[in-house]
Amino acid sequence: MTTKTPLVEMKNISIAFGGVKAVDDVSVDLHEGEVVGLLGHNGAGKSTLIKILSGAYHANAGEIYISGEKAHIANPRDARNYNIETIYQTLALADNLDAASNLFLGREIVTNVGTVDDDAMEAETRKIMGRLNPNFEKFSSPVSALSGGQRQSVAIARAVYFNAKILIMDEPTAALGPHETQMVSELIQQLKSEGIGIFLISHDIHDVMDLCDRASVMKNGKLVGTVNVDEVTDDDLLGMIILGKHPHENKEDA
Amino acid sequence: MKDSAKKFVSNVGIDPRLLGMIGALVVLWVVFDLWTGGRFLTPRNLFNISVQTSSVAIMATGMVFVIVTRHIDLSVGSLLGFIGMSVAALQVHVLPDIVGLGHWSIWIIASVAAVLMGLVIGAAQGWVIGYLTVPAFIVTLGGLLIYRGAMWWVTEGQTVSPLDPNFKLLGGGAEGTLGETLSWAFGLFASFAAVVLIILSRRRKANHGFVVKPVWAEGVLIALAVGLIMGFVWTLNSYPIAKGARARVAEARGLELTDTLSLNHGVAIPVVILLLVTVAMTIVSKRTRFGRYIYATGGNPEAAELSGINTRMLTVKVFALMGALTGISAVVASARLGSVDVGLGTLDELRVIAAAVIGGTALAGGFGTIYGAVIGAAIMQTLQSGMASVGVDAPLQNMVVGFVLVVAVWIDIVYRRKVGV
Ligand SMILES: Nc1ncnc2c1ncn2[C@@H]1O[C@H](COP(=O)(O)OP(=O)(O)O)[C@@H](O)[C@H]1O
Ligand SMILES: [Mg+2]
Repeated sequence: MTTKTPLVEMKNISIAFGGVKAVDDVSVDLHEGEVVGLLGHNGAGKSTLIKILSGAYHANAGEIYISGEKAHIANPRDARNYNIETIYQTLALADNLDAASNLFLGREIVTNVGTVDDDAMEAETRKIMGRLNPNFEKFSSPVSALSGGQRQSVAIARAVYFNAKILIMDEPTAALGPHETQMVSELIQQLKSEGIGIFLISHDIHDVMDLCDRASVMKNGKLVGTVNVDEVTDDDLLGMIILGKHPHENKEDA
Repeated sequence: MKDSAKKFVSNVGIDPRLLGMIGALVVLWVVFDLWTGGRFLTPRNLFNISVQTSSVAIMATGMVFVIVTRHIDLSVGSLLGFIGMSVAALQVHVLPDIVGLGHWSIWIIASVAAVLMGLVIGAAQGWVIGYLTVPAFIVTLGGLLIYRGAMWWVTEGQTVSPLDPNFKLLGGGAEGTLGETLSWAFGLFASFAAVVLIILSRRRKANHGFVVKPVWAEGVLIALAVGLIMGFVWTLNSYPIAKGARARVAEARGLELTDTLSLNHGVAIPVVILLLVTVAMTIVSKRTRFGRYIYATGGNPEAAELSGINTRMLTVKVFALMGALTGISAVVASARLGSVDVGLGTLDELRVIAAAVIGGTALAGGFGTIYGAVIGAAIMQTLQSGMASVGVDAPLQNMVVGFVLVVAVWIDIVYRRKVGV
């Protein structure tokens, strides 16, 4: 493994809702220019884990280090200040607002008198959508009028626009067709080459095998293990997801 | 609508919903005018409707924000009464002893006190709703009972009058207007501002390389805006001052009274206040972060939180604003009546909510416009005045208003479904 300080270290994270231990003593890390896949069944705790990193939830226990320093992430604003950007599984779009308003929500461009500059925001949105989804045209409709794929591309644009250092993608291709999925894969590779660290949550083992450097598997809130993708087969990963069985314990434990 | 008409509207860029509401208002006016044999569409009647609309319409603009964020405020009628009674007592029983009876500063102190009272009480309600997470329905239902009771305690139920003469100008009436010259100036200024805004917006869009409307469409828009504003001023400037008040008004305006001196009302001061509030609230809703966050929170509270918006604090601010606007309405309503009794503001909360909802504010949150609420208030007032002038008795009036409320919301739901928002 690399000896450099990891970009993100989440150490011994636990959180419970009522009696349910959604995440139980999980540790994961992420380096610059690395893609780490998070795998596991529905309800394994993947979204909950990354929501702790993005400031949506507070861990009951555990610590987060960003570039080696202990981070205090009490809310989504704090996370954004650490250049952590998130594409949520639910997309987290305000359906009644247009694409530009969603893209800049919480970080509006303002004029010199302090009013929101919708025209400037639309111009910026047109630029980035031109790169991410050239077919996108509905700039003045509320996002409720968009297709699933278009909505997803708005959520992706929002995460990419603000110079993220750490990108969290929670099932970013769930609503996309094959062509758009391919575009997201290319985007991930490009961002990776720019040195951005990416947590990629996905159901698709092939995606993970293709795009990720390492994969962390969760089951029932616990970490089954983290493996280098080069060193495992599809079946190894499946075994970890379904049976919670680590393929070769010794390698990653050191 | 015919296709060509549809295209015309979309070219000019007027919200079809706005057009629909103005259409409904005009239809009501014409129907009542025919029904009364031409006694409805008179400068006098339009002046009165404009004045009577003000208090409810001012509060309705605040109620839009409350409802857009998925809350409700049932307390505004009682709060209006409580504030009205408190500042009435202040100017009649307290201030004369301190600054002297009839002192010029009384109306200012009373007005500021009214707004501050509303702001603080509104913020307190917002805090209970946002931070203690008690539902707004319950908090403001409690408020409704509390403020109505508190109002009684201010003077042990006694009516307070007469209010300060300067204060009373804020309620309209023969002297409480801009007068003719100032009304024209006001109209010209408003027209000028509208033209400048339209041109600036076009230039900004063109600078970003967006497709702009055809020039003729901007021309139509400017003509409509200027026509509407100046027509409004002209109408109100055609309502003569009654004989009995001529001497007083001429003196107040510094004119020499002769038999041929033409004296007309012009735009009433409460209407000027309403228009200023409407413009300010429209700017807040469309051009400020605060406004943007209100709509985002109404559309998807979770998304708003995840975008770093402090939705609890937002709730406090929204209710504080509602309270401050209720304070302004309390000034207008009490000044118009010239005295305050314990009934002031009774059932106003329902009129205000109805105005916002008739104006297209969705109770599910996320949608609603300021101008819609103001037109909604005008529609309600038109119905009420119209029915009174054709001799419909009070119980039936209420039934009609209730019926219209339900039908208006149903039409709105059908419209939304059709355009898919
Ligand atoms: N806000 C919440 N309140 C209560 N339970 C929750 C909440 N969020 C997640 N959970 C529970 O935590 C567990 C993990 O959920 P989640 O992280 O969404 O799984 P995954 O993303 O891996 O499918 C589930 O049992 C889920 O029901
Ligand atoms: Mg999930």
